Amino acid sequence: MPDPILSIKNLTVVFKTRSGDVPVIDDVSFSIAPREILGIVGESGCGKTMTSLAIMRLMPEQGKITSGSIRLSGEDLVVASEARMCGLRGNEISMVFQEPMTALNPVFSVGEQIAEVLKTHQGLSNSEAREHAIELLESVKIPLPSQRANDYPHQLSGGMRQRVMIAIALACKPKVLIADEPTTALDVTVQAHIFELLHELRDQTGTSIILITHDMASVAEMAERVMVMYAGRKVEEGPVEEILKNPLHPYTQGLIRCVPHLKETISPERKDLHEIPGIVPPISHFGRNECLFAPRCCFVEDRCLNQRPLDSKRAAKHLTACWQENTNFEKVFA
Amino acid sequence: MIVPVPVLEVNNLKVYFRTKRKHFFEVHSHIHAVDGVSLKVEFGKTLGLVGESGSGKTTTGLAIARLVQASSGSVKIMGKEVLGLQGEELRVQRKHIQYVFQDPYSSLNPRLRAGRLVREALDRLKIGHTTERSIRVNELFRQVGLSREHERLFPHQFSGGQRQRLGIARALASHPDLLICDEPVSALDVAVQAQILNLLRRLQKEMGLTYLFISHDLGVVQHMCDEIAVMYVGQIVEQADRISLFKNPMHPYTKGLLASVPSADPNRRKKTQIQIYGEPPSPIDPPLGCRFSSRCQLAEERCHFETPLLRKIKANQKVACHLI
Ligand SMILES: Nc1ncnc2c1ncn2[C@@H]1O[C@H](COP(=O)(O)OP(=O)(O)OP(=O)(O)O)[C@@H](O)[C@H]1O
Ligand SMILES: Nc1ncnc2c1ncn2[C@@H]1O[C@H](COP(=O)(O)OP(=O)(O)O)[C@@H](O)[C@H]1O
Ligand code: SF4
Ligand code: SF4
Ligand SMILES: [Mg+2]
Ligand SMILES: [Mg+2]
Repeated sequence: MPDPILSIKNLTVVFKTRSGDVPVIDDVSFSIAPREILGIVGESGCGKTMTSLAIMRLMPEQGKITSGSIRLSGEDLVVASEARMCGLRGNEISMVFQEPMTALNPVFSVGEQIAEVLKTHQGLSNSEAREHAIELLESVKIPLPSQRANDYPHQLSGGMRQRVMIAIALACKPKVLIADEPTTALDVTVQAHIFELLHELRDQTGTSIILITHDMASVAEMAERVMVMYAGRKVEEGPVEEILKNPLHPYTQGLIRCVPHLKETISPERKDLHEIPGIVPPISHFGRNECLFAPRCCFVEDRCLNQRPLDSKRAAKHLTACWQENTNFEKVFA
Repeated sequence: MIVPVPVLEVNNLKVYFRTKRKHFFEVHSHIHAVDGVSLKVEFGKTLGLVGESGSGKTTTGLAIARLVQASSGSVKIMGKEVLGLQGEELRVQRKHIQYVFQDPYSSLNPRLRAGRLVREALDRLKIGHTTERSIRVNELFRQVGLSREHERLFPHQFSGGQRQRLGIARALASHPDLLICDEPVSALDVAVQAQILNLLRRLQKEMGLTYLFISHDLGVVQHMCDEIAVMYVGQIVEQADRISLFKNPMHPYTKGLLASVPSADPNRRKKTQIQIYGEPPSPIDPPLGCRFSSRCQLAEERCHFETPLLRKIKANQKVACHLI
């Protein structure tokens, strides 16, 4: 594997809350290679967004990185100055959010907003910036880009707005693009185009992409590798095909089994869906020295309640954090 | 042989909304939110309504439940026409159709305790006596998987999934003939979705419920529905039983929609290709002809001015396309 472009080691992010300091990101390590697409999955509240905000150094007030490193091409972002981060954000590393409407300014046309980014980050002149903005709109496949450039965000559909956000994020050809649930609010027809677009952009520019989603099928369609998060921790990581066929962590198994997948064949009889009982624990439970999935796990044993399971390597690139060696799994995908 | 009456029978339902005029002399335009929809749901079955955002799924459901005013057409519940009902007759009818919303939070009064919320539904519809109502509330909580203790809590003290259980208990309070579930799990995490979907299927079997199930998630629809109607800009373009629709979709829109769904099944993934480009036309005074023609790769000359009718192609499959 080539040297990673982004490498996160033992990252811990602590939040000040009424019930004390809690780690919303708890000793998480992962990395991403150039041109790679990494999926991050997990239910809401498991720390996917916080992980990306920590990488961007855009966490809310009460959050603090207390240990670990985030190396982008070798440079540790944890200790970088705010001025340095401003230079990196948008240029080297960009983020696309779930709701494009809140991230766009309603009083400027989308062309102006993209041009603004180009002027500040690349020092282009007004006319150069406008011209390049239209090219970018074209590159994200917005029809009639020179006309659309004059539109205000509310005049565009959700899918078009998300394309604009991607155009802005890619304006300066970042090395890493973080897309946080970029299609959750969109129709599947539109999602398919956004996914196709992201793939093409990666192929053309070599940008690495972190795709955050709660949908295993989207991961299967988009990513080469996947990391599963639960309650602020990484619980499993590996190549997508391997994880889908042979998930080892009971949480990953549950995530795959509880979904009524559209498959190649459809059978007349329908069994009940597998249930993962309960819900993600409240943030006040995060950080305890135990397996935080234990209350929902059917393989739980004493040790799970007394000690946090450590990452263990089960195959070449397949890690899981679970005490059980043998989690039998009713196969969903052969 | 006695032919049983369908629980729901909708004929040529239209719901038009007037657009706002910019000035007094401007002619009103109309949003054709639902434009000639016909459906039938038999007792104990689930009919799925799918389609892109804005295709008119919710408006169809709301019109059937008499929560928006239909412009024309007919809606029969257990053979009885409901569109003309007023006053006391309408109030009685409301017991028979209940609605489960996507966002359970916004549909529950935040100041009432959970027990009261369900109880209120019984009170409002004047069902049973005081003691009977309390017993019924207990029973409903148990049926949807909530405990007695939950009756004392306020909606904000519930998780998303529990709130949806509460919404379902409330909807079931009046023993409805038809339950309209409008994106009942879209706001929930996948693991909680499975819990609610299993609950809905279990309740259906146990209580003999009939569902109109609205969703944009085709995996969920495939799992939950016996029959599926695909909507496009206010109209049904294809309707079939679940096996036919997923195995052998016939309308170009249905094919494209299914092809757009990402899949974790490697065998299915190899075959999917994007087929639908662009966006649906505006539902404001939509053009003549096939509404899908602006995005259809197979469109011919006549598609742009002749409206294709929904025709029976096979025993369990109806399609509205000139080429089929
Ligand atoms: N009260 C209203 N006044 C005016 N237009 C409306 C009203 N309610 C719905 N519409 C319009 O009717 C059309 C159908 O809307 P509807 O909410 O039924 O779609 P839907 O299929 O449920 O979409 P979604 O998947 O986004 O929930 C849309 O164009 C919508 O903007
Ligand atoms: N501004 C905030 N203040 C306090 N807690 C927060 C804040 N933002 C997020 N959290 C908590 O941090 C945890 C991780 O959140 P997040 O990264 O947004 O999860 P995900 O993106 O996986 O849904 C959650 O438990 C959430 O409640
Ligand atoms: S460590 Fe124990 S409780 Fe946690 S997932 Fe593994 S078996 Fe289950
Ligand atoms: S009627 Fe014509 S435009 Fe419409 S779906 Fe069929 S082929 Fe396409
Ligand atoms: Mg998030
Ligand atoms: Mg709707």
